[in-house]
Amino acid sequence: MDLKPGSRWRSAVCDTEVIVVRAPAGPVIFRIGGAAVCPADADQDRPTADRGGARPDAALAGGTLLGKRYTDEASGLQVLCVKAGAGTITVDGRPAAVMTPRQLPASD
Amino acid sequence: MNIALLLEMAADGAGERVALGPRSGGASYRELLRLARNSGEWLASQPGQRAGLLDGNSAAVPLLLFGSALAGKAFAPVSYRLAAASLHAVLERFGPGVLVTAPDAALPVPLPGGLVVKAREQFLREVRRGAAGPSTRIPAAEDIAALLFTSGTTGAPKTAVLRQRQLAAYIIGTVEFLSAEPGEAALISVPPYHIAGISAILSSVYAGRRIVQLDAFEPRAWVRLVNEESVTHAMVVPTMLTRILDVLLADGERLPSLRHLSYGGGRMPSKTIETALRLLPHVDFVNAYGLTETSSTIAVLDPEDHRRFAAGGGAGRRRLNSVGRPLPGVRIEIRGPGGKAVGPGVSGEVFVRGEQVSGEYLDGARLDDGWFATRDAGYLDADGYLFLDGRLDDIIVRGGENLSPGEIEDVLLEHPAVREVAVVGLPDPEWGERVVAVVVPAAGAAQDAAVLQRWVRERLRGSRTPSRVEFVPSLPYTETGKLLRRQVRDQIHVRLAAIIIGLDQLSDARTRSRRPSATVGNRARDRGRNCLVTGCCVT
Repeated sequence: MDLKPGSRWRSAVCDTEVIVVRAPAGPVIFRIGGAAVCPADADQDRPTADRGGARPDAALAGGTLLGKRYTDEASGLQVLCVKAGAGTITVDGRPAAVMTPRQLPASD
Repeated sequence: MNIALLLEMAADGAGERVALGPRSGGASYRELLRLARNSGEWLASQPGQRAGLLDGNSAAVPLLLFGSALAGKAFAPVSYRLAAASLHAVLERFGPGVLVTAPDAALPVPLPGGLVVKAREQFLREVRRGAAGPSTRIPAAEDIAALLFTSGTTGAPKTAVLRQRQLAAYIIGTVEFLSAEPGEAALISVPPYHIAGISAILSSVYAGRRIVQLDAFEPRAWVRLVNEESVTHAMVVPTMLTRILDVLLADGERLPSLRHLSYGGGRMPSKTIETALRLLPHVDFVNAYGLTETSSTIAVLDPEDHRRFAAGGGAGRRRLNSVGRPLPGVRIEIRGPGGKAVGPGVSGEVFVRGEQVSGEYLDGARLDDGWFATRDAGYLDADGYLFLDGRLDDIIVRGGENLSPGEIEDVLLEHPAVREVAVVGLPDPEWGERVVAVVVPAAGAAQDAAVLQRWVRERLRGSRTPSRVEFVPSLPYTETGKLLRRQVRDQIHVRLAAIIIGLDQLSDARTRSRRPSATVGNRARDRGRNCLVTGCCVT
């Protein structure tokens, strides 16, 4: 799995979709809701509405928030949630943390 | 990453909020997304790969911008103020596609092949009638998002290419999603073919800030719209701010709803920004430096910097003339003539790198290991504030010393007798180049060259003092307010040659000039007379 900046991924078990903002320093196991993610780039079809009945792991169903950035300090991975869902984002089993919003002035 | 995603997210997170138009009756994000999808479907049915626009600001701009993203076509806004020959040349470069036009657009006859013209109202009617659903495919990150035909003030005109991933990276890197408070509204008055016209739409949508549009900039209409629509945010280029301040001073308006004003797109005279800070103490000012080829802003001087530096003296105050510090995710480096990075305080060419940097033109990319050469000259100070000296080609080299025309212009503009000024370098047998100031005098002011020369000498080093001051009724600018410095230089060169060598030899001087003007001869003659009357000086 190449988590390069700008690449888009979706959960296999909830509605969550993310875009990689910063790549991890090395290979990591990146999951949402306890399940491996699927690529969601231009050549991929969108998933069916019910995903064949798959659901997040009950222990990893904290949910994701639209427009929030999530980060894993240990690996440096940073993702932006572009579609909210019920699962928890994990990196090598560690739940990713919501980043506090930056205060950048509007410039255009 | 594709800019269509930004609108999808806004519609998902704040579907009912007003996105575009008046506070009551404007289109919501949900409605804007619906129309953008219809526009995408409409564009997909049109021939060619361009979604062109020859028009000012209207709902057609965001609909073509997002619609083309969904359709995998390139949004290609063209200046509606181009002269017929230039417009024809741009449309030749444009390629096959559709061109949505203003009601009164004057099109070249015959049109270049492969171009389909649609009137704006017809486009909007057909898009409103559409019934496109959500696409089943995710639009591509590598697609061209926008083609911008750059002005070429210092070189041949170019067609800049901005890809989806670059514009999207710029927004995601600089704007916090739905960070706008309810009631915020951004007034867009820069033309759609200016990079800031595009980035303002994207930033506003992603921040959840309502967009108010002014078809074409006019200072009184701008002030009226700010008041009528309770506008909180706006972006202007320096000439626009100068004209807005004239209206504020004349009418006593103080724009109570405005909270945030960003400016960029050219050097802001100190006098203008200091007047603005004084007249509008309730407004946050942001100086944004960026280029078309960098997907807009790469460095900002933020409101806190403005207040701190305006209040302070000496070195601190100088930073009010800087363009601030690089945005997170953007690296800026100054390189010397040998191509090596130089340290703080040393001038050189500004290089930039980052995900938002395209550095690409239709005939190929110009990136070197990700670095883009801006052709701007400048330096970074010890704390990383970027100071610009102007375009590299405009730097005056006098006796081996590099002089920034902008620095000298700034000082001259502080003089009450100066309304506008262009400082240029002309060939000089002794010094290589000499400094000449071309001044538009303030109304009723005396045209006294010696006074202005003394003014500069007292404030800057002697080498920066103009060896000659010429007075002219007006200076040439691009439609977005950039000084056409090369044109000034060529015309003044011809004029001075005429004065020095005698009018009968003017035709020789014309041949030497790169851009001769048919009226130069007469003006040079008039100038010659005025020169004797007002006593313009050669030192």
